[in-house]
Amino acid sequence: MGDVILEMKDIDKSFPGVHALDHVSLEVRKGEVHALMGENGAGKSTLMKVLTGIYTKDDGEIIYEGKNVEFHNTREAQDNGVVIVHQELNMVGDLTVAQNIFIGREPRKGFMIDDKKMIEDSKALFERLKIHIDPTEKMSDLTVGKQQMCEIAKAISHNCKVIIFDEPSAALTEKEIEDLFTIIRDLREQQLGIVYISHRMDEIKVITDRVTVMRDGTYVGTLITKDCTKEDIINMMVGRVIYEKPKEKSMVAPDAPVVLKVEHLNAGKMVQDVSFELKKGEILGFSGLMGAGRTETARAIFGADPKQSGDIYINGQKVEINSPEDAVRHGIGYLSEDRRRYGVVVQKTIIENSTLACLEDYMNGLFIDKGKEKEVSEKYIKELATKTPSSDQLVVNLSGGNQQKVVIAKWLVKNSDILIFDEPTRGIDVGAKNEIYKLMNRLAEQGKSIIMISSEMTEILRMSDRIVVMCEGKKTGEIAIEEASQELIMDKATRNIQD
Amino acid sequence: MKKIFKEQKFIVLLVAIALYIIFALISKDFRKYTTIILMLDTTYYFVLLGIGVTFPLITGGVDLSIGTGMVCYALVGGFLIRDHKWPVIAAMLFCVLFGLLVGCVNGVLVAIMDLPPFLATLCTCMITRGLGTRIANQQAVPWPTAKVAEGWFHNLFKLSINKVKYPTGIIVVIVFVVIMAFVLNHTRMGRYTIAIGSNKEATRLSGVNVKAYHIAAYAICGLFAGLASIGYAAATPTVQPGTGAGLELDAIGGAIVGGVSAAGGVGSIEGTLIGVLVIQLLKTGLPFIGLEANWQQIIMGLVLIGAVIIDVIKQRRAAAM
Repeated sequence: MGDVILEMKDIDKSFPGVHALDHVSLEVRKGEVHALMGENGAGKSTLMKVLTGIYTKDDGEIIYEGKNVEFHNTREAQDNGVVIVHQELNMVGDLTVAQNIFIGREPRKGFMIDDKKMIEDSKALFERLKIHIDPTEKMSDLTVGKQQMCEIAKAISHNCKVIIFDEPSAALTEKEIEDLFTIIRDLREQQLGIVYISHRMDEIKVITDRVTVMRDGTYVGTLITKDCTKEDIINMMVGRVIYEKPKEKSMVAPDAPVVLKVEHLNAGKMVQDVSFELKKGEILGFSGLMGAGRTETARAIFGADPKQSGDIYINGQKVEINSPEDAVRHGIGYLSEDRRRYGVVVQKTIIENSTLACLEDYMNGLFIDKGKEKEVSEKYIKELATKTPSSDQLVVNLSGGNQQKVVIAKWLVKNSDILIFDEPTRGIDVGAKNEIYKLMNRLAEQGKSIIMISSEMTEILRMSDRIVVMCEGKKTGEIAIEEASQELIMDKATRNIQD
Repeated sequence: MKKIFKEQKFIVLLVAIALYIIFALISKDFRKYTTIILMLDTTYYFVLLGIGVTFPLITGGVDLSIGTGMVCYALVGGFLIRDHKWPVIAAMLFCVLFGLLVGCVNGVLVAIMDLPPFLATLCTCMITRGLGTRIANQQAVPWPTAKVAEGWFHNLFKLSINKVKYPTGIIVVIVFVVIMAFVLNHTRMGRYTIAIGSNKEATRLSGVNVKAYHIAAYAICGLFAGLASIGYAAATPTVQPGTGAGLELDAIGGAIVGGVSAAGGVGSIEGTLIGVLVIQLLKTGLPFIGLEANWQQIIMGLVLIGAVIIDVIKQRRAAAM
């Protein structure tokens, strides 16, 4: 490890309603691989976005190569040698490798693009990385791993000094990860400062020199990787003080009937052999890190995405669910994590959204009974305490919490018995959060059964009667609330990764 | 009340009235009753096309096959009457069913096969054009004239009593406007058409059979192209094979001018009616005030750009909220 090349000091950043970064610090030295760890929403990505100029910091300073800097956009950061390799690759599939690497800054010969030089330069880059990729190949013909190498080649072509890898291994095979590590070690040799964001504990141990842990937008600490254990890191990641008391015991009667049984569900890479049961009146928490396959599981059960195999039983009866239409008919309602895209029709009124799932019950012969429709939506506005001037308000004008209530109303109007809440409080302020929690508890008391997918540990512990933990498409644990702890959940959520 | 004045269709209605007054003031010939009748003759089938295409437009798609489709159905209908001695009523029914069939094909291509609406209907546009010409054996096909007994269908659009012509087509058009406005605003078909255009995925995840309703939107469009073909046959003494391309643009343009959002999710049948009227007023009126055909095209293009810009601004405002 050499001198400090980048220092972020006391970085502070707030968004309306959220204190995203609370005096966070990070120090990167030349020739080191520095891991940045933390749960979903800990603020890792925000910190990197502040560094590369996507967000403007409210407070704090960034010292890069001994100078106080502030980049205003990624281009400026790039030109100064700070580059991100994103998890999602930003490549144009129909262009060649060389064209992609030099996009926007093609070497020219008069008016023409100097293809020869571009290809030569690309070859030189690949040589430096000791990899074999033909620069004239079409990008879309390469594997994901090779595409990522091109992205790295593009990064170093900017003559970069600090390179940030944002979950680089998520889409890679084991062999590709090894190749990636070889490259990263080479870059370390060349005295670059490397920031490595990942959830995979074993990778952190293998490739990184130091670990900085963040939690809930704060800086927790920095450790030397070889001196610490996996448990040390997990404890730092989850070791928050819990203000809201976790649920002490399950509220579900031991003899409550099983309303939903899922057996050996398989749907693509993200859902592998998932089985579980949901009881009447139960809130079943689904915990896991980003990309654990929880949303994919929910969507497969709901028929929103095709599944390869697996059986679904509702109230003991085996059912065929091949489309959301089937699922809704069998009494399942799905509340998406992305409300604006999948939950509500924002440019339409509360009334229209409330009856969208069961318009057939609000017909008078061929025609929609608008009186009855208005009546029922107003009933639920009152019952859920949705804040709106009137029932014919466009949903786009409501706050996040109230939009969520409109989605809940939609499924209550349909009288669905099984509700899948996917990140029910994402983007919702604290007060509205508590309301949603109360509402979910009340629904469970009324005999509705709820699957709650949540990335917030406190939410999982506070709401669930039982917790299913997933990791990389597999179910890695099932924990009764009486035995649940943050450490235990995090251990299971990273279990697959460790093996 | 204030809301009504802000609505695009109301403003467009004022524009239509203003256009009429301007043209009438400048040109004495434009004021003549025969001009009005002449203008209405062509307006009927454009309104019918417009009503139909409003549905795919609201889903966020488009149907480019209605122009050539309409001519194709009229050709085949006339051919059946002339060469196969079909009764006119049967031929009319055939036109409507033919239109419905092509609409269903468009719907399947778009909703099931996931083709971009622009492309799918461009293909059926070419197919209907070729098919009509082929069946008509490349000859112009006349429908019975108003003078003979078989020509009774002309009365649906224009009734002559003692040499005075009455525009009965207004009634036909208004009946369809009322019915389809009702369908759009008060039935599941209409509600889901709008929902698909606003947020198809959220609608699907609400358990709506999105594919079926998506097909239905195109089927309605085809059905109305079939109805329009009867109006076209009534207004055009002999139907020419190989024509019809470009007619869809007057209907689509009318719908857009009348407030149908090019991005989908927004639109009304009344609006389309008024929009088509504006286009037809321009088409008929501009020559009367001495503007040659090229100018008409340029002005119509500018009007459409104006309508689309208004739409884009509205969407941006909505997105900013």
